[in-house]
Amino acid sequence: MVDPIVVDLSRIQFAATAMYHFLFVPLTLGLSFVMAIMESVYVMTGRVVWRKATLFWGVLFGINFAMGVATGVVMEFQFGMNWSYYSHYVGDVFGAPLAMEGLMAFFLEATLVGLFFFGWDRLKPVAHLAVTWLVALGANFSALWILIANGWMQNPVGAAFNPDTMRMEVTDFMAVLFNPVAQAKFVHTVSAGYVCGAVFVLAVSAMFLLSGKHLELAKRSIVVAASFGLASALSVVVLGDESGYVATEHQKMKIAAMEAMYHTEPAPAALTLFAIPGSDGRPAFEVQFPWVLGLITTRSLDRDLPGITELTEHAALRIANGVEAYKALNALQANRNDATARAGFDAAKADLGYALLLKKYRPDVENATGEEIAKAALDTVPDVWPLFWSFRIMVGAGFFFIAFFALWFWKASTHRIEKPRWLLWVAVAVLPLPWIAIEAGWFIAEYGRQPWVVEGVLPTFYAASGLNFWDLVISLSFFMLLYTALLIVMVWLMVRTIKHGPSDKLNFDQSIEPVETATIAPAK
Amino acid sequence: MSTIPLDYQTLRILWWALLGILLIGFAVMGGRDLGVGTLLPFVAKTDEERRVLINLVGPTWEGNQVWLILGGGAIFAAWPQLYAVSFSGFYIAMIAILLALIIRPVGFKFRGKVSDPRWRATWDTALFIGGFLPALIFGVAVGNVFLGAPFQLDVTQRITYSGNFFGLLTPFALLCGLVSLSMIVTQGAAVIAGRTDGEIAERARKYGRWSALATIVLFVIGGLLVLYVLEGYRLIGPPRTIAPSNPLGKEVVREVGAWGGNYGAMPWTMALPILALFGSIVAWWALGARARLVALLGSSLAIFGIIATAGLSLFPFLLPSSIDPQSSLTVWDASSSQLTLFVMLCAAIVFLPIIILYTSWVFRVMRGPVTTASLNKNPNAY
Repeated sequence: MVDPIVVDLSRIQFAATAMYHFLFVPLTLGLSFVMAIMESVYVMTGRVVWRKATLFWGVLFGINFAMGVATGVVMEFQFGMNWSYYSHYVGDVFGAPLAMEGLMAFFLEATLVGLFFFGWDRLKPVAHLAVTWLVALGANFSALWILIANGWMQNPVGAAFNPDTMRMEVTDFMAVLFNPVAQAKFVHTVSAGYVCGAVFVLAVSAMFLLSGKHLELAKRSIVVAASFGLASALSVVVLGDESGYVATEHQKMKIAAMEAMYHTEPAPAALTLFAIPGSDGRPAFEVQFPWVLGLITTRSLDRDLPGITELTEHAALRIANGVEAYKALNALQANRNDATARAGFDAAKADLGYALLLKKYRPDVENATGEEIAKAALDTVPDVWPLFWSFRIMVGAGFFFIAFFALWFWKASTHRIEKPRWLLWVAVAVLPLPWIAIEAGWFIAEYGRQPWVVEGVLPTFYAASGLNFWDLVISLSFFMLLYTALLIVMVWLMVRTIKHGPSDKLNFDQSIEPVETATIAPAK
Repeated sequence: MSTIPLDYQTLRILWWALLGILLIGFAVMGGRDLGVGTLLPFVAKTDEERRVLINLVGPTWEGNQVWLILGGGAIFAAWPQLYAVSFSGFYIAMIAILLALIIRPVGFKFRGKVSDPRWRATWDTALFIGGFLPALIFGVAVGNVFLGAPFQLDVTQRITYSGNFFGLLTPFALLCGLVSLSMIVTQGAAVIAGRTDGEIAERARKYGRWSALATIVLFVIGGLLVLYVLEGYRLIGPPRTIAPSNPLGKEVVREVGAWGGNYGAMPWTMALPILALFGSIVAWWALGARARLVALLGSSLAIFGIIATAGLSLFPFLLPSSIDPQSSLTVWDASSSQLTLFVMLCAAIVFLPIIILYTSWVFRVMRGPVTTASLNKNPNAY
């Protein structure tokens, strides 16, 4: 077994690098579409201010994109580095969407992003516009494949354990691809990215208006941001990923934890708006909306939402059944041709992952006691209160953004962008909120999945690499120092670029200058 | 799965070849940028010269790096246990590569945004490290694959790794690191000499000719060591080419010269090391003769020859184990399932040509000179 400290440090490292990475991803997703929309208007109307706007947001996009690339490659490598048993155990399924992301999405985005920046004077406007749209599409396809991979960790469909290879293997690729959890997560996550981009454009434009600079560009940007933002904010909430949560058992546990719902409520369940934990950790005081939770999660009035206690009791049954699968697997390893063992294994293999939860208490899980099974069942409950509050922050932000963009959409439609000034200040102040909501969302998704790295299949503690303590100390401090330093530099550069405003040195209308120096000349 | 139209053995061989193509793709394409980064402080002295070099590869380096990302993804998808053992076993070395891969994108993007000399010098260093370090470490890693890594698999396929970072730095592995570094420097020099003139082109030619010579000498020394000194690994008995992927239960021996076995069995494969030498000689000659395109082709050919030689020598091994040879990962027992290999092969057949198509288009659009004037006009220039 891997040292528990190494497991904890590996988890902290993965969480920290993922959360850093996701500071940049949403802005990439959102800004790429804002740029594509603005450049489309430029190509259609021929008005230079739109090109100037595209270029200005493009410079900020570029700074952010570089950080996204720098922190993204770390994510791909870390599965093998820190989670080698995970990589072996589910690589047959999980590796495929990651490779697809490279083949279909990131290659396109990364190859064309250079042309976006350097191709302005080398491409016809329509061709450049096509490049910009392809960059935006590449970024979104990237998100699609990553969320198919992540969706499988939440709801591992289309795969089964193979006792000959001791790992999960794909049985149905279509099921992995069209996993309902992945689809819901994709729409929810990219929409949140669009909201982030829209808020960013709106806030920076509001700063320009407040300081009386670049008015033309700022007003036009606000029109785009307000309409794009409103559509996206509605999409985040209406197509929120909760609809996917009912798909599997542990997602039900996640909902129960998010709602601090210790017992099954009669359908339709009430939505808890607010609660105060009592001394036993359970809600002592709650403010509830009747029916709402049952409606949004089950889309029905008559289906129950199980509570934490009931789900824990059910987990204990699955652990006991998993022990049977584990025993059969042991028999199979002794003799691969043992037909009885193979039949026994096939009957119980869906619960094999539950037996692995017992590895925390003893290596020979086939001899687990009832007490140990009860303890392992309790382990399936994630920490309630961090999830409860993160969920409320995220949802609160989501509804706020609908109201916020509706207001700005109305202001933009009625040409009342500049007044009153305090609303511009509000727009500036809102800037950090999408990041807070998005990080809270990922926290719910990943922390709410614990103790599983792949739900019902592989416990997190069992998936880590057998590294030593100092390996982790070195890598964790390395990442945190380097990322923090780069983040500071990046924010500083962003502020500088915004202060400097849209560049005036751009003038692509004249023909390309002739080669003028002897030092630099073409080959071929 | 009887519905899969390709048998398991063929799929495994195709994925072994595809892995080679991806790694060669990265070394040829990404090698341009790593090579230019390594040469940056030596070839370009003034800020203006450095900007020219950086903008030479600036518009295309990002796409080139995806060959590596895709290579990583392909190892994960097609050879999960290889991905698990090598990435966790070479942990600190991977961190060093990540350092390079983190500071490179920001180096390109951030450097030109501020004109303070100290700022630019800092990012120049970042770009140098970002080029030099991976070029060296990838070679050291390949050297360690030849030597075998100290890992063991138990019946649950969990890895126990008993080496450390300094254990990777053996003389033979460092020699392989230098082969890799010199071939990538040659590639970078060929790129610079191909698209610039005057001082920087001259310097690039000079360094490029030396590195091409170094590649030849080091590659030959490495080859002789592999054939006559180093212990290689050999499978005993008929390989189980269509069995489920489980490395345990096979027999492997270590013996001097075992890595030369494939060349004895298939003499035509000697073409690969010969190609490596031929390409390096062509690059050396063409850099001197100012045959720009030929130099780049020769250097790319050398990279192809060197990586293909390494891959073929190891076949069917992917990563032998030095402490428990039967845990060694081979093409036959460390792959994904037949279904995953087949589906991913279809995806690669569809998308790789498309990738090559749009990459060629981007290179065509961005061909030609990098001028100071064009740099000053574009706020996105590096």
